[in-house]
Amino acid sequence: MHPNDPIRRVLVIDLSKRTFEVVERPDLFEASIGGAGVAIRLLEERCPPGADPLGPENPIIFAVGPLVGLYPLASKTVAMFKSPHIGNLGESHAGGRSAVSIRMAGYGAVVITGRSPSPTYLVIEDGRVAFRDASALWGLRSSTTAGSVLREREGGSGHRSILRIGPAGEAEVSYACVITETYRHFGRLGLGAVFGSKRLKGIVIAGNRMLPVADPVAYRREYDALFRAATTSPAMRKYHDLGTAMNVLPLHESGALPTRNLRATRFEAAEAISGEAMASRFLGRRLACSHCPVACIHLAALRTPHPKEPYFYKTSMLGYDYELIYALGSLLGIADPEGILRLADEVEIQGLDAMSAGVVLAWATEAYERGLVAKDDLDGVPLAWGDAETYVAAVRRIVRRPTDLYRALARGVDHASSIYGGREFALAFGGNEMPGYHTGPACHLGFLTGSRHSHLDSAGYSVDQKVPAGGTGSTGDEIVAALIAEEQWRQVLSSLVVCFFSRGLYTPDVVARALAPLGIAVTPADLGRIGDETLRRKWAFKLREGFDPGALRIPGRICETETPLGRLDADDLRRLVERFAATMSG
Amino acid sequence: MFACARRAGVGGTAGSRIGVRSAGGMRKGFIVVVCRGCAEPPCARVCPTDALALREGGGVRFHPELCVGCGNCRDACPFGAVSWDPVETKPLVCVYCGVCASYCPYDVLAFDEVGRNVDASE
Repeated sequence: MHPNDPIRRVLVIDLSKRTFEVVERPDLFEASIGGAGVAIRLLEERCPPGADPLGPENPIIFAVGPLVGLYPLASKTVAMFKSPHIGNLGESHAGGRSAVSIRMAGYGAVVITGRSPSPTYLVIEDGRVAFRDASALWGLRSSTTAGSVLREREGGSGHRSILRIGPAGEAEVSYACVITETYRHFGRLGLGAVFGSKRLKGIVIAGNRMLPVADPVAYRREYDALFRAATTSPAMRKYHDLGTAMNVLPLHESGALPTRNLRATRFEAAEAISGEAMASRFLGRRLACSHCPVACIHLAALRTPHPKEPYFYKTSMLGYDYELIYALGSLLGIADPEGILRLADEVEIQGLDAMSAGVVLAWATEAYERGLVAKDDLDGVPLAWGDAETYVAAVRRIVRRPTDLYRALARGVDHASSIYGGREFALAFGGNEMPGYHTGPACHLGFLTGSRHSHLDSAGYSVDQKVPAGGTGSTGDEIVAALIAEEQWRQVLSSLVVCFFSRGLYTPDVVARALAPLGIAVTPADLGRIGDETLRRKWAFKLREGFDPGALRIPGRICETETPLGRLDADDLRRLVERFAATMSG
Repeated sequence: MFACARRAGVGGTAGSRIGVRSAGGMRKGFIVVVCRGCAEPPCARVCPTDALALREGGGVRFHPELCVGCGNCRDACPFGAVSWDPVETKPLVCVYCGVCASYCPYDVLAFDEVGRNVDASE
């Protein structure tokens, strides 16, 4: 590590006492690089066993890595906390500008503890933290307004990022998100609720500095090689062109697109909500995260007519990607892309995780259809597949919670189905709602065992999709080995905080070569060890906080609805979970 | 910005002579702030020590040994294209090298001689 690199500085903020200190922790970054590797160590240090996720004792950790501000595509901030949604490890990554801003402010990690006596927002700059009154911002109807107010009120020079919560975070909905730069999210596992519990409305982070390197010539050489690869690789091009929304049609065609709460895997309106249709009808702008030449952020321009006046429109720019189209589209049977975008707008205004919100609405629709919940429970909102307007009304009620049912829905489908029944079609894994892949056994095993219960942990869908047509797939042992190897390597990527989209560029050799000019000497073998250790620490934290792989619920629905690799067997999946757990604890 | 800073063999944003900012939140897109190489540059006109000298073909050349760090140049540019080095308390002015354009993957930035390309909208 370069002796003048500020990456080693950890900013620790206590909201209860309104104090802060900067702690030099080169040990953390030398042992675990940054990002996820450093965050889990800080979480172990700062989160007491059995902590209340919504109590002042639950710390929020943000961590970035040494490549940020120096190499392209190193654009993620890793957040760790104890999750109010699943009760154990909370980990969420966001792009946008926050990673570069934290680095330019002169920190490698930020730890936020305690609970503010009154609503507050933080302004973080180099060597300075301001605790600002947010009483007037508390209760604002829209997360977007909160962002605009912070942007206009806080000057701040240099590279700036604005994190904030919406009404869902204030209400401590367990899957509330934190929004950064309007279009990026710490989406999953409820960081927004943790912000809300701390009376923390938002954070403005700004900074501007030079980052010294040990060998400028080698640095520029490695930079150019990565930049060339990033701008010429067809793999990156696809993220720029249609974005991940390009996956809608292939998944539909292969019968892996969860539709109407996974009662089907092909959606008759897939064409209308495809990435191609979205781009040709609505694409209004593409954006990039800081220091990314790819620009995968796709914004749709949605024109909403005035309710009474002719020729009078409001035009909103709304982000979309594959997961959003799945969760707020096919899973709810919404065939009209404008309907999906209107629902996405409301989810954004409220500040909910779009994926969990979609799965919750899908469960509620089926529960209503089957008579498990009544119209009164739904506060008179007659949920129906494809009806975007009723879903918009329901999203508002999940945050306002006028009935017991909405209070239950505000804690996710695992919780709601434990009260109202319908367990077999409650699509959650380890408590977290399902991502948009029904590709075969590996994706579901990944959702069950991944440390975030996310498709991004171990990319099981990719293991499934590599099976040639007509093939029967890998053996159980091969799947377990592939998932663990992928999840280990992804710990390295998320410790470097490079975007997973660039995983094809940042190979172990390239990572070692990119770090060397910064004065960080590691071999590909060292990286492998760091990935393994980080994954084991995360797994151990989960177990410490009550995660029990033997008690994982496997939703019956995933075994009823056929995958492209055939019907799944719950007992087989359970055996594979055991094997995964045995390997991790071995 | 990163490409400009990298000319000096460093990372980060502080050394950049080109700026990028949002046009009022990411919803409204971004604005690139770059020196347009004025024929009659106001930054040079307000310099009390002639540290900013007129450059043949437009724009200015910076002579740091003459600079007293008054900041008039930064305030005079209507585009905000004179960056500032807070450590040296001196301006960071564009040297028209074109490195930024060579790292722009989408041709938002182009390197061209002023007046040569009549189709360039600037």
